[in-house]
Amino acid sequence: MPKIHVRTTVNGEPAEFLCEPGDTLLEALRTALNLTGTKEGCATGDCGACSVLLDGRLVPSCLVLAAEIDDRSVQTIEGIAEGERLHPVQQKFLEHAALQCGVCTPGFIVAAVALLRRQPRPSERDVRYWLAGNLCRCTGYDKIVRAVMDAADQMIDAHDTGKAAV
Amino acid sequence: MSARTFTAIGTRPVRHDGLDKVTGRANFGADITVPGMIFGAVLRSPHAHARLVSIDTTAAEAMAGVKAVLTRDDIPETFAKVVMGEAGTIGLHDMGDNALARTKVLYQGHAVAAVAATSLDIAQRAADRIKVVYEVLPAACTLDQALAPNAPILHEGLRTKGKATSDADGPTNVAMRIEMRRGDIDQGFGEADIIVEDEFRTPMVHQGYIEPHACVARYGEDGQVVIWTSTQGHFMVRDSCAGILGLDPAKIKVVATEIGGGFGGKISVYLEPLAAALSRKAHRPVKMVMTRGEVFRASGPTSGTTIRMKIGAKRDGTLVAASTTMYYEAGAYPGSPAGGGAMCCFASYRIPNFSIEAYDVVVNRPRVAAYRAPGAPAAAFATESVVDEIARRLGMDPLELRLKNAVTEGDRAPYGPTYGPIGLREVIETARRHPHWQAPLGPNQGRGVACGFWFNAGMASSAIVILHGDGSAAVVTGNPDIGGTRAAQALMVSEELGIPVDRIRPSVADTDSIGYADVTGGSRVCYATGMAVIQAAQDVRDQLRQRAATIWGVDLSQVGWENGQAVALDGAPAQTPLTLAELADKMASTGGPVVGRATVSPPMAGPGFAVNICDLEVDKETGCSRVVRYTAIQDVGKAIHPSFVEGQMQGGAAQGIGWALNEEYVYASDGTLQNASFLDYRMPVASDLPPIETVLVEVANPLHPYGVRGVGEVPIVPPLGAVANALRDATGVRFTELPLSPPRVLARLSKD
Amino acid sequence: MAVVYFPSGMTRYTDGVDQLHIEAPRVRELLQEVLARYPDLAVMLESMTVAVDGQVYHHPDYVPLTSTSEVHLVPRIAGGSTALRS
Repeated sequence: MPKIHVRTTVNGEPAEFLCEPGDTLLEALRTALNLTGTKEGCATGDCGACSVLLDGRLVPSCLVLAAEIDDRSVQTIEGIAEGERLHPVQQKFLEHAALQCGVCTPGFIVAAVALLRRQPRPSERDVRYWLAGNLCRCTGYDKIVRAVMDAADQMIDAHDTGKAAV
Repeated sequence: MSARTFTAIGTRPVRHDGLDKVTGRANFGADITVPGMIFGAVLRSPHAHARLVSIDTTAAEAMAGVKAVLTRDDIPETFAKVVMGEAGTIGLHDMGDNALARTKVLYQGHAVAAVAATSLDIAQRAADRIKVVYEVLPAACTLDQALAPNAPILHEGLRTKGKATSDADGPTNVAMRIEMRRGDIDQGFGEADIIVEDEFRTPMVHQGYIEPHACVARYGEDGQVVIWTSTQGHFMVRDSCAGILGLDPAKIKVVATEIGGGFGGKISVYLEPLAAALSRKAHRPVKMVMTRGEVFRASGPTSGTTIRMKIGAKRDGTLVAASTTMYYEAGAYPGSPAGGGAMCCFASYRIPNFSIEAYDVVVNRPRVAAYRAPGAPAAAFATESVVDEIARRLGMDPLELRLKNAVTEGDRAPYGPTYGPIGLREVIETARRHPHWQAPLGPNQGRGVACGFWFNAGMASSAIVILHGDGSAAVVTGNPDIGGTRAAQALMVSEELGIPVDRIRPSVADTDSIGYADVTGGSRVCYATGMAVIQAAQDVRDQLRQRAATIWGVDLSQVGWENGQAVALDGAPAQTPLTLAELADKMASTGGPVVGRATVSPPMAGPGFAVNICDLEVDKETGCSRVVRYTAIQDVGKAIHPSFVEGQMQGGAAQGIGWALNEEYVYASDGTLQNASFLDYRMPVASDLPPIETVLVEVANPLHPYGVRGVGEVPIVPPLGAVANALRDATGVRFTELPLSPPRVLARLSKD
Repeated sequence: MAVVYFPSGMTRYTDGVDQLHIEAPRVRELLQEVLARYPDLAVMLESMTVAVDGQVYHHPDYVPLTSTSEVHLVPRIAGGSTALRS
């Protein structure tokens, strides 16, 4: 069977690639598009390391077929920062030491960004339950949750003072 | 040791590798690509125990895209030994046989063949076409099965080390017996007013690192091999691959990528020898990445245990006698942490009479690897449960009882030597004063405490500190960074030389570019590698003093160093001090570049102690427990970067909580693993846990210039006991078998 | 004379002796003397290391001993590295 030609938008830029029918979006991102920031932890949708935003919706890219993103848009960890400016979530992860080995970090950041876009004022409980789909083995989640709450506060302050929202 | 004030040590800069990690740029093992690379897949045994009768690779080799197929015929049997730090001289025979089975498969998932092909899909399909004939054998999958009379025998030639030769000498699954005694336990128990005895079981569990094992190997036409791998020890990878494949280590270079979690599980080789051998056969670089199922089935979980624990105390709470018999699963080859468990089980308490017997038992499960304080969590679960029960029956506060018996400097460790300065009393006293200890409990909630202990390894490390002409610096070591040690090393250099930490670039170099380093493990990097870094920085300082001496035309002995500057000492002609930046600027004219170096091989560091307080809420209708409050208090010696120390304490606590509440390897009766996925191997997620409060106590370790104690492993030792004691408090029932999963708790509560 | 202590699990190889005074300049010579007297200990020594005056050494051979040194034979622990014993 011939390969499938996919035309899509990734991190705001047009992109295209060829894939097999059975290839996952995760595989296409990492190999065809050379975007290795999205990680494979399990390939069964249980760890969240492969989290991306598909048309703005948080999905595990290991459970999306590459062919499915034709004519759609994907945002990965590589597209979270704006040029030189880190997203507040990224910045707070650094400040709070919310990462150790860092392999789960891209997935968490994408998931947290998705949360704050739909719920700018999450409670700690909201954050913990939203991020329950992302496994971390190094941190015990404590500093991750603090970082996300602090990022939310900062984004609200920025919004309130009229600074550019991210 | 006098209290020293630090300028850089104890601060919390952003880690140097942080930006790459939050932007996805950091390269882990699976992110490495090499031109011409092809992909490897492994065929693994479906049986827990079988003889390998034949392997027919014809169909696989005939597939388009297949470049090489590897079987046991391609890798000579090795009897090579390597010296690996504190593990001493280790035989690579078992590691090699584990990487690719020679005559028998010893667990479901044991590698029997490997294929390299132009795509992973082709490699996997080709592997499936390899025809293997097995003679299936009865399996001994549990301790009970392995120890039973007439048990299936894994290794015909195995005899128990540590047993008297006069005992019956026949095939056995017991690889080693360890014994330690003190005093007279019969007399000791005779003096006890109360004796508590029970049998405890803990399951086989996995370290659970999120990054599967991954590597790329490139075998050149000239026999030079380069291996990129995610590992805790790339020098170990070099030596192991050389020994297993019969190669000259001088032809091997290993590059350590970023590592996505290790916890002891990446201190061995699995894929690397296969990838190198495939690359040799295929004449192409070969990438191999484990699937999550392979990680569970075919890497190195830690031992399940059965531990009988008996402790006697006087009415006033003084512990007088203790005896324990401990069985640890080694998995398919000898090497469980039974010794670690034996040394740790009574390490926190003064017990004048004790008897410890520990057994290393092979079973048809994956070969166990180290997991954060190997042997200690299960041992502490048993000891701390019994101590807790003693406190209850005596009507004593559980912290008071522990404090009464806590070891301190001058006491003898159970394994012989005397303790130097240690912080167990301090952490217990801190726990007593902590608001958590006094906080009221809600309905269906219980509170448990437990102590924990772990040694910290020393071993060999090398460090280089490079001074640049602009006054900035680089620090290079050979220890992969799993805990934030690069940032810690930059802080140490900053402390010694006064260079701002963000003008110091820390890195981990490959095996060609830095002196030997023993693995990252044993909580040793801040301690031992840190010592090398400090000494290398001091070497830079001394070289700069010499440069100042040259500039001033005086003898080196007349030049001192204060606050980042070379100063003329009393008695020498007065000079304006020269700053590091000024001296760096003049390197070329005063003797050339300045590179500091140091190597160390220190003894084991001062051990660490911790106390954890756990509040658990139990839903008696479902048997589900959740941790509602958790406090970890630990003697950390000196926290180089407090955020990273807190992170170690929180991460270890979370792993311990998972081990106590939900994690376990579930096997069918035929020895096949039933829950080889993150869905069914249930590790804690963010919604399972409360914030984990940490309290850092600092009792300086006199063996280290800053007082550093290794901190990474102690955190996982107390949680099993703390959680189980909390459940006892909440339900009135003593649970002696982990995990305390809802079905188990419910069944027991319903029974009572 | 340095004193070397044998843990109880090893005394079956030392005719029940649990401590020995030995004159030796370094751990290397001390262990040679011990093995000369109790050759059966060799197989257990592979999985042991040595603590001198409270400090456990991974490579003990050339650690110097004084006339009051206390030497303990201690199991090699995993300490985060593979608990392999050959």
